[in-house]
Amino acid sequence: MAIETTGSVSGVELTNAAPTDPSAFLIEPPRARTKRTGRKSRTNFEMLAWLFMRLSGVVLVFLVLGHLIIQLVLDGGVTKISFAFVAGRWASPFWQGWDLLMLWLAMLHGANGMRTVINDYAERDTTRFWLKVLLVTATVFTVLLGTLVIFTFDPNIS
Amino acid sequence: MSTPTIEDAPQAGNPHSAGLDAAESGKVELITITVRIRRFNPEEHPDAVWVDYQLTVDPKIRVLDAINTIKWEQDGTLTYRRSCAHGVCGSDAMRINGKNRLACKTLIKDVSPEKPITIEPIKGLTVLKDLVVDMDPFFQAYRDVMPFLITTGNEPTRERIQSEEDVQRFEDTTKCILCAACTTSCPVFWNDGQYFGPAAIVNAHRFIFDSRDEGAEQRLEILNDRDGVWRCRTTFNCTDACPRGIEVTKAIQEVKRALVTRRF
Ligand code: SF4
Ligand code: FES
Repeated sequence: MAIETTGSVSGVELTNAAPTDPSAFLIEPPRARTKRTGRKSRTNFEMLAWLFMRLSGVVLVFLVLGHLIIQLVLDGGVTKISFAFVAGRWASPFWQGWDLLMLWLAMLHGANGMRTVINDYAERDTTRFWLKVLLVTATVFTVLLGTLVIFTFDPNIS
Repeated sequence: MSTPTIEDAPQAGNPHSAGLDAAESGKVELITITVRIRRFNPEEHPDAVWVDYQLTVDPKIRVLDAINTIKWEQDGTLTYRRSCAHGVCGSDAMRINGKNRLACKTLIKDVSPEKPITIEPIKGLTVLKDLVVDMDPFFQAYRDVMPFLITTGNEPTRERIQSEEDVQRFEDTTKCILCAACTTSCPVFWNDGQYFGPAAIVNAHRFIFDSRDEGAEQRLEILNDRDGVWRCRTTFNCTDACPRGIEVTKAIQEVKRALVTRRF
């Protein structure tokens, strides 16, 4: 858009000066607050989600770092990982429990984080809805598949 | 939206450091500054544009004085809000060099006058004209937290006594002048204007922690909402922006803590 100016009064050369309804041009932010916004919610879901993020985050630091050290650093590092190594670990209920907890916490932590991102950035209600459907589907699928594998793992599979 | 910049008169050449040094020592030495204002007039043009104005001023004046000078001497169509000019009424919050401030509490010498000083309307509210935004959603959020004393029982015949400690509990948040600098510096609010925003939470805090008030439970319930305190990401933009030096993020955290401890 070519604009010439003298720097002050009527500096803007208007390409399209025919005045129409001004409200058609207002610079609107996404999703303004209205009188209807701000109903009370009867649940503590947001608070529990917020607390879950903090608590699971702390637990995950230990679980994930421990996992990485065991898998990638100790005992010859990544080269030792094989089917037999995994089978050996999952023979113990302790490591099964560790991996199960890590799977659930990490997936729910990540999914809740994505949920807040969607809430923040998806402007239209339908976009939000479908993004959340996608998120829930992916999360449920991964969690169930992982749980299934941990519990039905067969070390003698051929 | 494109944001064409209008360059016209010769750029202010050297960084007038002499003038700035003089300002520090109290002497008067005029400098030439460029004020770059984001102008918008929906009756004339659908896009906002940057317009530059050149001024020769004492660097010790305030940004508001510079804008006044532009309006009175160069371009009377420039539109903005101001009233008290002394940081009390909260009407002239604007985005100066990318930071929300009160134009009447910001000195020219403190906003790098060697470079063009950019002035924009505060973000996240509908721009009506130039620097004037629609404050209705902001005040709606304020009203929604019920910013008034709620009590039960009979009116006392004397004043409601409060200890010094009880006052200190919420003293910080009584200083709010509702300028909206905090709320419109919040990235969560930019993306979703349905978030209550820091200013509403600050004003809820002012009553929640007031020992004379009995409506804390109701206000906490309101802020426990989907658009309430849990949307805060502790970005600290609000604390940086507040011209009254209120510890806004801390107040929000205290409301969160009250909600958590109330439930467990
Ligand atoms: S808390 Fe500070 S920045 Fe926010 S509206 Fe009140 S005075 Fe303005
Ligand atoms: S004009 Fe009143 S606060 Fe700046």
